[in-house]
Amino acid sequence: MGLVFRGAAEAGLGAASAADRPGPPDAVPNPTPTPPAEGADPGSSRGPGMVLKAFFPTCCASADSGLLVGRWVPEQSSAVVLAVVHFPFIPVQVKELLAQVQQASQVGVTVLGTWCHRRQELEESLGHFLEGLGAIFSHKPWFQLCRERGSKSWSCKATHWRGPASPAASGEDQVMLIFYDQRKVLLSQLHPPMALPDRQAGDTTASAGGLAAVFDTVARSEALFQSDRFNEGPVRLSHWQSEGMEASILVELAKWAAGPVCLFLACLLSLISAASSCRVFKLWPLSFIWSKLSTCEQLRHRLEQLTLIFSTRKAKNPAQLMRKANMLVSVLLDVALGLTLLSWLHRKDLIGQLADALIPVADHVAEELQHLLQWLMGAPAGLKMNRALDQVLGRFFLYHIHLWISYIHLMSPFIERILWHVGLSACLGLTVALSILSDIIALLTFHIYCFYVYGARLYCLKIHGLSSLWRLFRGKKWNVLRQRVDSCSYDLDQLFIGTLLFTILVFLLPTTALYYLVFTLLRLLVVAVQGLIHLLVDLINSLPLYSLGLRLCRPYRLAAGVKFRVLEHETGRPLRLLMQVSIACILPCSSKGLREPG
Amino acid sequence: MEDEQSFSDICGGRLALQRRFYSPSCLEFCLSCPRITLRSLTAVTCSVWLAAYGLFTLCENSMILSAAIFITLLGLLGYLHFVKIDHETLLIIDSLGIQMTSSYASGKESTTFIEMGQVNDVVINEAIYMQKVIYYLCILLKDPMEPHGISQVVPLFQSAKPRLDCLIEVYRSCQDILAHQKATSTSP
Repeated sequence: MGLVFRGAAEAGLGAASAADRPGPPDAVPNPTPTPPAEGADPGSSRGPGMVLKAFFPTCCASADSGLLVGRWVPEQSSAVVLAVVHFPFIPVQVKELLAQVQQASQVGVTVLGTWCHRRQELEESLGHFLEGLGAIFSHKPWFQLCRERGSKSWSCKATHWRGPASPAASGEDQVMLIFYDQRKVLLSQLHPPMALPDRQAGDTTASAGGLAAVFDTVARSEALFQSDRFNEGPVRLSHWQSEGMEASILVELAKWAAGPVCLFLACLLSLISAASSCRVFKLWPLSFIWSKLSTCEQLRHRLEQLTLIFSTRKAKNPAQLMRKANMLVSVLLDVALGLTLLSWLHRKDLIGQLADALIPVADHVAEELQHLLQWLMGAPAGLKMNRALDQVLGRFFLYHIHLWISYIHLMSPFIERILWHVGLSACLGLTVALSILSDIIALLTFHIYCFYVYGARLYCLKIHGLSSLWRLFRGKKWNVLRQRVDSCSYDLDQLFIGTLLFTILVFLLPTTALYYLVFTLLRLLVVAVQGLIHLLVDLINSLPLYSLGLRLCRPYRLAAGVKFRVLEHETGRPLRLLMQVSIACILPCSSKGLREPG
Repeated sequence: MEDEQSFSDICGGRLALQRRFYSPSCLEFCLSCPRITLRSLTAVTCSVWLAAYGLFTLCENSMILSAAIFITLLGLLGYLHFVKIDHETLLIIDSLGIQMTSSYASGKESTTFIEMGQVNDVVINEAIYMQKVIYYLCILLKDPMEPHGISQVVPLFQSAKPRLDCLIEVYRSCQDILAHQKATSTSP
């Protein structure tokens, strides 16, 4: 049976706090240091003046006295304190607990030193007692942290036991205390991804340099943080979860329910995507139409996103998890906005009003176009057009408008029904409704598109003709074989006719150019409106709302690194730093960029 | 232990360098930039409002004046929060790393921390800046592929832009700590 240590007080500590109980005098160990069994430590070849770092959790700063439990990283000369074991304890049970934790988490957890939270300065006998503990849990170097209750003065010693040659000369090193918040470090996920399960205990983080080793240690010691103060275990620990484990019922329920729900939805979505990729839809006219309609594009995009969200594979790293969460939140927001739009439309019976207003608006647009053409056929902006060409083009376009108006009037009885069904599609999301709106605009302004195509085609032909005849005028020719301009000797009649045609085309140029300009501007206007709608759709698709929400509510989840702050320093006391998690300013980007407007 | 000296930056403005010596392994330099002067603030405000009055006499719309007031206020707040740096701090901790903090006039702080394992060296470089040749202090970062290569150059004190005498002070102290760190880290 091991020795039982009851508190740490000797005779003389009359003003000790109530947490201390007087111990039997024979339980006090021999104050002279016993040499450790393994002899000189090969890692202690440091010279004097080396600074050791001790990472201390802020939650333990007000804990009662006890033992420091954690991991020693020799490459960084730093000790990561994970928890404090309080008096009274049985050393054998402490060693058992640490062996259990080591096996479960593959982290080399040991006793690093002692922690003393006293009302006044350490007494000599107490000092010997604490050093004696170092003989039982032999660890090099042995840390002795001490803090006066209610004051900000800390003291820290790190001692090395030398070999049997010089028992009294134990070297002391300077220690730098770095405080860290365990909860924030764990939740900010700054540690590298989980190591493979077949690695040896404690050797993975030899490759992770610097602070990554510290974060990895804290992250992998979950087994140590499982026992809180309500557990009736043999050993009483103090760490960030010692007031009770943090968990949320809703999160646990959601995790339990997520499995079957995801499976069901994944099956449903795979059925839908299989149906939509069947051969019928790939025939030429249909596939051409599908590619032109932005609604189909948006629906396909949404289907892909939903398949990714509800896939039964877990996310491999935090970035993927963030992306999935962003997609889910954007889908939910989309559907919510769509339902709001639908309820608003139905409440005010806007669909009927819209259907009634559509025909007069189309008529009005056609009338304005007719006025524009009449203006072009006259003397637009004071320019003098070629009368014959002007009349031909103007009449041609006017006839088109007449056809278009007849077509719209033919469709008018069905408009309301179509609009009602379109409004219903807002259930799928606001983005789908906006895409349908953009497609309707494209269909209604189809005649403007046709005019643009005619004007552009004519202008293009004219320019090609002009450039070719201009070359002829100068005595040159385009060599198709060599892709360059060569000189060529033309006959006299070729030159004569060529020059005539050139003159004709030059004088007809202003008319064609003006028509081309006017219709291009109209087409640009329509494209600008469609582009705005697509911009709005892309905004809803790709805004990372989940990350924005995290940035506002839980900024430490988006941590990019750490920053240090020097706390109040007194000469003779160890240097104290506070390590805080610093937040990333740039949000992680979403998976799909902007699409081209249809 | 605190120490304050006054230097000048490349344009001739006054800078104050505060050096705090916490321990032989921890040193902090705080360089404070010239403050925003009342003269420049008045000049900008007056020009914006004169322009607004000019527009107002043309358009007879009083919204322009309210808009000018909003623009001035928002512009000043934005300038103080995003542009104007009050002081820059360099904290060197032996065996941990180097941290640079920029504090803006509105109190916002932006911090970058570089671990000591990534730091190759701290040097003073020359650069051509507009029509001048200036000196600047920078940290050279190690290349993970090549043991003696440099992967990145991180300039320090970019807003304060001190002159060479100030840089030499900071450089000497940095080199002391880096040399000490290299000497003690050669053990396995």
